[in-house]
Amino acid sequence: MRKGRYGVHGGQYIPETLMNVVAELEEAYHHYKNDRGFQEELTGLFNEYAGRPSRLYYARRMTEDLGGAKIYLKREDLNHTGAHKINNVLGQVLLAKKMGKTRVIAETGAGQHGVATATAAALMGMECEVFMGEEDTKRQALNVYRMRLLGAEVHAVSTGTGTLKDAVSETMREWTKRMEDTHYVLGSCMGPHPFPEIVRDFQAVISKEIREQLMEKEGRLPDAVLACVGGGSNAIGAFYHFIEDKSVRLIGCEAAGRGVNTAETAATIATGKPGIFHGMKSYFCQDEYGQIAPVYSISAGLDYPGIGPEHADLYDRGRAEYVAVTDDEAVDAFEYLARTEGIIPAIESAHAVAYARKLAPQMEKGQIMVINISGRGDKDCAAIARYRGEDIYE
Amino acid sequence: MSRIETVFQNKKAFIPFITSGDPDLETTEKLVYAMERAGASLVELGIPFSDPTAEGPVIQEANLRALSHNVTTDRIFGMVERIRENSQIPMVFMTYANVVFSYGTERFAERAAKTGMDGIILPDVPFEEKEEFAGVCRKYGLDFISLIAPTSRERIRMIAEKAEGFVYCVSSLGVTGTRSRITTDIGAMVRQVKEAKDIPCAVGFGVSTPEQAAEIGAEADGVIVGSAIVKLCGKYGKDCIPYVEEYVSSMVRALSDEDRPCG
Repeated sequence: MRKGRYGVHGGQYIPETLMNVVAELEEAYHHYKNDRGFQEELTGLFNEYAGRPSRLYYARRMTEDLGGAKIYLKREDLNHTGAHKINNVLGQVLLAKKMGKTRVIAETGAGQHGVATATAAALMGMECEVFMGEEDTKRQALNVYRMRLLGAEVHAVSTGTGTLKDAVSETMREWTKRMEDTHYVLGSCMGPHPFPEIVRDFQAVISKEIREQLMEKEGRLPDAVLACVGGGSNAIGAFYHFIEDKSVRLIGCEAAGRGVNTAETAATIATGKPGIFHGMKSYFCQDEYGQIAPVYSISAGLDYPGIGPEHADLYDRGRAEYVAVTDDEAVDAFEYLARTEGIIPAIESAHAVAYARKLAPQMEKGQIMVINISGRGDKDCAAIARYRGEDIYE
Repeated sequence: MSRIETVFQNKKAFIPFITSGDPDLETTEKLVYAMERAGASLVELGIPFSDPTAEGPVIQEANLRALSHNVTTDRIFGMVERIRENSQIPMVFMTYANVVFSYGTERFAERAAKTGMDGIILPDVPFEEKEEFAGVCRKYGLDFISLIAPTSRERIRMIAEKAEGFVYCVSSLGVTGTRSRITTDIGAMVRQVKEAKDIPCAVGFGVSTPEQAAEIGAEADGVIVGSAIVKLCGKYGKDCIPYVEEYVSSMVRALSDEDRPCG
């Protein structure tokens, strides 16, 4: 069995220049993973700084409205910085600090992971540089300002399509230039081994808490767990502690953009095929010659042409289901959750809410569904208003 | 001894890289002949990839230019077939894992061998992942070229022992592109390789001037240049051939003037 494999997926498809730094990371991670001091420090940051554990909230009005399964929302949107991203960055930046690194670099799409990384870097006194597609720096100017406010330097990436995949490529290139003092804080459960494992482990706190909280509230496991999937970090975090419990349906909701039958989609499982990119073997949106496809979704956080290798394997094994949700459905769900529960979800998370609206009525009244609300939607309000034809700007 | 290894006998090899299809496949074909006339020993033909993570801006842009003209792997195989009617200069493909994998690794290797290619370089396939590709290449008589980097340290022995054709020594940290100074101890790198296996070492990444080529030629068996040539292709388009030919001549001269024994 080769290292870092999830079935046939995963691996370490990176330039030789990076192999030793990745090996050092793996060694350090496996040391600190079992180090009580490290884990206590991380738990302290989770609880005292990020505001964990996040609530598991019973969505009564949504449950009654849909008339099927009992719906709980896992409120990752209530974390500091407004999304699940903080779980991973606190873990990785702490790890980098223990490794003696003084500088962190990160890619970001909409800016959520960049803001989270800049936050953790500020907290722990690290230098921080964030790479963001030029298009995205324009669409998300406020997040660029946030990162600068937190002391990070933001580089606009103009190569390729100027979006998330190019930001990942550029951050990898930067890492091959300077790795001695620098850790790459990868933002999702993707990339070369050991990143998919590290990110999953730091995000797995989500499913650990769901399990404990639901046991307390209902004395049983859920029947279904739903989460949106781009690279898939909030989903793998929400799924992880249920993977061995075959009675729990695990459902990843991908961004179909304008539809899986159009070119303007980012639904990797629905439209992609096996490939090798950004350090890993997995499913990717690509053409017949393996050229990576330009993808599209209204949600910048799901606008990525690949999916983490553990998801690819869960799909191959039939352990998790992956469904595609269009922009229209996600925007409807964004508004629905705001009006029904007074919660404005991130447009990413709204993809999971959208599928829940279809699935819940088909489930029995005694059944339990958990939706991971991975982030809050304040950042999306202006874009959704424009989508609805209202001309407002941030 | 493979055809690739023969190019390093009794001389320092100059190895130019060009991106196939930049500006078009017809020009790429003519460039191969021109570079052979100018004294190139082996040609690296890039198959463009949408997201070349090991490349600096010059070769990234060449990749995108080629792809925007609908250059595909199949059309590049067609070009190689035409080249092989006129030239027997050793050639290797340089591309990314997904280009080969998505074509079908076996189908790719078979077609590459059949059209007359001699080897493959995949910069995103390190030692730990190479067997998936190298095993298939071996079956069709293609050399799977291994890379070592300034950060490889104790990995050099393991990589060199299993290397085929030649070892591609990456001169500097970072991505491809010209550099005014190369600070890595190339001599030490080459010695470490040769302690593990008697195999030619060619040095690339950052090399652009005849002076650099002469210096490196004193310590290694060959010099690889990509960005400096691709820059000419970008600047002159279809008219780049004489410029590239002249440049390659100057590099070949610099290497032969500096014909000291090594290793």
